[in-house]
Amino acid sequence: MGNEKVRLVYRIKAMDLANAGAASSHVKSELQKYGIEEEVVKRVGIICFEAEMNMILYSVGGKLKVEANSNSVEIFAEDNGPGIEDLEKAMQPGYSTAPPWAQDYGFGAGMGFPNMKQNSDVFEVESAPGVGTKIHAIIYRRKENEAK
Amino acid sequence: MKIREIVEKIDGKIISGQDKLDVEVERGFAADLLSDVLALTEEKACLITGITGPQVIRVAEVLDIPLIIIARGKQPSKALVEAAKLSGIPVVLTQKTVFETCGILYTNGVKPCKIKILQGGEDTNTCLNVD
Repeated sequence: MGNEKVRLVYRIKAMDLANAGAASSHVKSELQKYGIEEEVVKRVGIICFEAEMNMILYSVGGKLKVEANSNSVEIFAEDNGPGIEDLEKAMQPGYSTAPPWAQDYGFGAGMGFPNMKQNSDVFEVESAPGVGTKIHAIIYRRKENEAK
Repeated sequence: MKIREIVEKIDGKIISGQDKLDVEVERGFAADLLSDVLALTEEKACLITGITGPQVIRVAEVLDIPLIIIARGKQPSKALVEAAKLSGIPVVLTQKTVFETCGILYTNGVKPCKIKILQGGEDTNTCLNVD
């Protein structure tokens, strides 16, 4: 293991609460199969889960892509809109636009972006109202990369 | 505490993961918001919650949560029960409140977990390690 490349792609449907988290859970078990370190897998799982939930709750749907190699794991989450009006606010811990019904499901802590950022080594968000949101996160695998 | 003892002490009913009754639970955490649970990455702690949707099982899978306790008599959704059975993660239902459940576990030696608090407001990047 280690030198193989992993590439996983999932289509995330808007409002698909029944399957919410299924992609992230699958990512986790796949990465474990490839022998990726437990701590890295957990961080990837958290980022994927938050990204997946955001797409389900707030977007018209999108794609979640995970690529792993011997150095790092990269996550790409891209949706087709409607985009985030105030990205700076969305990055603030506790800020949420979740409707009350979503809170009954345990959503709306306002910790989505902060959790993603917290678990990434590189974290980038691009969002344009009316167009969509793109998230890119990189997690370095410690053994090969002692940078941190 | 073994899951078996927890079930007994909180008058609980285990609905999945019955093969894991002898698993030892050392730490616990209570939250009703999934992202608050996800902010907890430090250790494998059991979750005491009122969330009844299937997403909580996914979160448990991602974080290796060894046990989910659904408190205050809340009934899990069908989807949660199915997901729990498929994943094999133990889910225990109790009539007791989150507060009482936590109290019982705490008095029996289950410890709190270290958490990272992400500060809101002006300095959004501050991260405190709290014991």
